[in-house]
Amino acid sequence: MLSLQGVRKSYGGREVVAGIDLDLRPGECYGLLGPNGAGKTTTLRLALGLIAPDAGAIHVLGEPVPARAIAARRRLGVVPQADSLDPDFTVAENLLVYGRYFGLRDSAVHARIPGLLAFAGLETRGAARIASLSGGMKRRLSLARALVNDPELLFLDEPTTGLDPQARHLIWDRLKRLVGRGRTILLTTHFMDEAERLCDRLAILDNGRIIAQGTPEQLVAEHIEPHVLELFGEGVGQWLDAHAARLPARFEKVGETTFCYLRDPLPALAELRQAGAMRYLQRPANLEDVFLKLTGHDLRD
Amino acid sequence: MRLDLTPPRLTPSCFQVWRRNLLVWRKLMVPSLLGNLADPTFYMLGLGFGIGALMPAIDGVPYITFLAAGTICYATMNSATFEALYSAFSRMHVQRTWDSIMNAPVGLDDIVFAETMWAASKSVLSGIAILLLIWLLGLSHSPLTLWLIPLMLLMGVAFASMAMVMTALAGSYDFFMYYFSLLVTPMVLLSGVFYPISALPPLLQQVGAALPLSHAIDLARPLVYGRVPEDALLHLGVLALYAIVGFMLALILVRRRLLE
Repeated sequence: MLSLQGVRKSYGGREVVAGIDLDLRPGECYGLLGPNGAGKTTTLRLALGLIAPDAGAIHVLGEPVPARAIAARRRLGVVPQADSLDPDFTVAENLLVYGRYFGLRDSAVHARIPGLLAFAGLETRGAARIASLSGGMKRRLSLARALVNDPELLFLDEPTTGLDPQARHLIWDRLKRLVGRGRTILLTTHFMDEAERLCDRLAILDNGRIIAQGTPEQLVAEHIEPHVLELFGEGVGQWLDAHAARLPARFEKVGETTFCYLRDPLPALAELRQAGAMRYLQRPANLEDVFLKLTGHDLRD
Repeated sequence: MRLDLTPPRLTPSCFQVWRRNLLVWRKLMVPSLLGNLADPTFYMLGLGFGIGALMPAIDGVPYITFLAAGTICYATMNSATFEALYSAFSRMHVQRTWDSIMNAPVGLDDIVFAETMWAASKSVLSGIAILLLIWLLGLSHSPLTLWLIPLMLLMGVAFASMAMVMTALAGSYDFFMYYFSLLVTPMVLLSGVFYPISALPPLLQQVGAALPLSHAIDLARPLVYGRVPEDALLHLGVLALYAIVGFMLALILVRRRLLE
């Protein structure tokens, strides 16, 4: 569906994509995770054929890219990061005009519009102006627009950034439906819960490289202990001095919080119950722990 | 910095980009036409009758007839310039319309070509509106004035291409003020829109003669008078050169801006 082999791209001496290999299987939802500046959007632009790689080979739906990028894009759907709907058009006109770019006849697009609007939950909004839509509606319309050519493969660049929880769940639901219908999805995100919920497989990108790849469960099992205790508040230091050496755990201090990764949380919990003022939170390890372990806790601006 | 200097790669989808702009224009037709026409029309009528009353005949015709040919060129240039600066910049940079079109099977070359042709198309409409006014006022009855229409298209492409170069370089709308102050306004004053270029000092005449607007006016003015222009091929060649060089330069700069 999509394959990248040894793809590299530099800007002004800085390697933004530093040798990426990817191979998407039909019908899977594949996630590209990474902090800001990790190379996610550049990877998408390379796969779309908008920029040429300095090295490596890219194939999209069997077409070599960028050489035959236009042919590849004919069978591709893209939901960009920033909403780029046409503010001068109504909801339905946005779909019509976009369909024309794919060489579709107006009659063919008109026949498809009701289904697309229903999918996006915008059945009654066909004649609405874009300015009257909420952020969630706009994103759903962007998704419907990306489906106007009935694509086999979809690229989504941070599809739920800036949306409220209800709107995010609605987008997730639609993406699950698309995968259920056999579409292949490549999605970039920096929300771990999104990746954990949606992605069959994912790759964690940092500094232009894939530093880990697999199913969410595999990544958690491979890179992190199954349980996490987050310790914070008064007395954490003394408690750690007293107990840390005896507990079979890995500790990491980030700001005010100490993360304690362990296989068996029960002994530590028993000790903690007697610890008084200190506060703690117990939870299973998740993708975010893997992500932070691999990419570090430093702020990326 | 690598520059992509290859010739434009165009596909039939460029028509769909042009058509998108047409659909927007149809919704905003009245304010758009008014905006493009009010200025040149009032200049022509106000100066034509007002100053014209004080003036002797120029080239053997009343001043307003002299001014009419200049106004056609001025209106055409203005319309192409505004569209390729402000509107194209909005679509390229502010609304990200070009980005979303490039996610479809349409290339950037298609988009830049379509935008240039769209700006030229709009400028032809503006030029035709002034031509209708000229006919209506009886300033010219010559069938030769029909040749003004293809001339408007060539001018439209030339001025749209030149403006598109600025759009490719612009960081914000404010940048376009340089273009107006340093090129458009001097060009209007040095190319013979309002008075014969021969009235200017020699140096200014030479500057004017290098600018595309003066060549457009050298073609348009005889046509309005009902005469075949002299050195028509030279003037057409200069306009075509501005169009081709301007378009290629704009294309190279837009590619550098959006595809790297």
